[in-house]
Amino acid sequence: MSGQFLFDGRPVPFEEGQTILQAARAAGHYIPHLCWHPDFAPHGSCKLCIVKVAGRHVSSCAMPAKDGMEVESNTPEINGERRALLQMLFVEGNHFCPSCEKSGNCQLQALAYELEMSSARFAHFYPDRPVDASHPDVLLDFNRCIFCELCVRASRDVDGKGVFALTGRGIRKHLVVNAESGRLADTDFSVDDLAANICPVGVILKKRVGFAVPIGERKYDGQPISKVAMERGE
Amino acid sequence: MTDKPQAARLRVATTSLAGCFGCHMSFLDIDERLFDLVQVVEFDRSPLTDIKHCGPCDIGLIEGGVCNAENVHVLREFRRNCKTLVAVGACAINGGLPAQRNHLDLGDCLQQVYVQRDGVEDGGVPDDPELPLLLDRVHPIHEVVRVDYFIPGCPPSGEAMWKFLTDLIAGRTPRLSHPLLRFD
Repeated sequence: MSGQFLFDGRPVPFEEGQTILQAARAAGHYIPHLCWHPDFAPHGSCKLCIVKVAGRHVSSCAMPAKDGMEVESNTPEINGERRALLQMLFVEGNHFCPSCEKSGNCQLQALAYELEMSSARFAHFYPDRPVDASHPDVLLDFNRCIFCELCVRASRDVDGKGVFALTGRGIRKHLVVNAESGRLADTDFSVDDLAANICPVGVILKKRVGFAVPIGERKYDGQPISKVAMERGE
Repeated sequence: MTDKPQAARLRVATTSLAGCFGCHMSFLDIDERLFDLVQVVEFDRSPLTDIKHCGPCDIGLIEGGVCNAENVHVLREFRRNCKTLVAVGACAINGGLPAQRNHLDLGDCLQQVYVQRDGVEDGGVPDDPELPLLLDRVHPIHEVVRVDYFIPGCPPSGEAMWKFLTDLIAGRTPRLSHPLLRFD
């Protein structure tokens, strides 16, 4: 079944099997997202891609498009809810942009700019999450993890190594390395793995190249993420 | 007599709590626009005037988070006196660099710095009664008082502060978006 639906009042065509997010993007409409990636199946965990269909909130990355749907996305109400989700992510971890070498290339930060988040609003947790610098080529800074599982999925499904996993539940959920010692150095993880190149935030960082591109010339410095993501197909 | 009476200038107070004065330095990056600004505002308590206590003001700009008892008193003085209170910079908004001690034990930090550090002999944690007591954690200012607006950045650029202040003074809702909205 193909057809068309209304996206913020504008007609968007879709093919059988496409999700709302896929069809909207194909028609040139950006929907904010963190855990969604064009090369992976929908994960549906970050909820940034939330839209309203017939008065109900749905994850547009997972919801199949249907003929005649009316989808609300870029509205003050939905963007306010997306901003609140970002604010919760910011207080849950330690997202200290001035000391992060991912600053300017970070999707979490870029989305906060996109949605004009000026403060984290809630009380900060300041969790204790020690870094893992054991690997010769890659640093893991768990302070910034947003649990999108892109590294978990990339390592398991593409690299075939299963280096990462999420463990714990609720507020105790955290990213772990799949080794007896828990150290990245004791895995077969390589800097060329897809998992080493997919983190949307500043958890998985290649050593010795942190500031090769200076602040001010980075991915989201020139244009907002809504433009960059559409141009690059991300 | 035909001259229109000049509108009273807005009073603005500024201070740095647990900050590095970098936001104040960045504020000076509005350069010669400072002259335009002082046509419409008058500075109350601020490092620019050296006035020690804040009187009734229209706008209060706070740099830095809350790391000790004195910061709490100063912040509450600002909130009591300022109609509009603005958190300026990363430290005021999320604790910033000083808050990087928040997952460490404060006693251990003090011992490490003043007693156990290499090269320290007969050290001791300073306990002069004049010194403000440290809080066990560094807090963003919105966890202590109500805050009306936030200007992120480390520091926010002079451009961002100019945009914000001119919006606010003109009676518009201040709005910062790409590329003026930055966290680093």
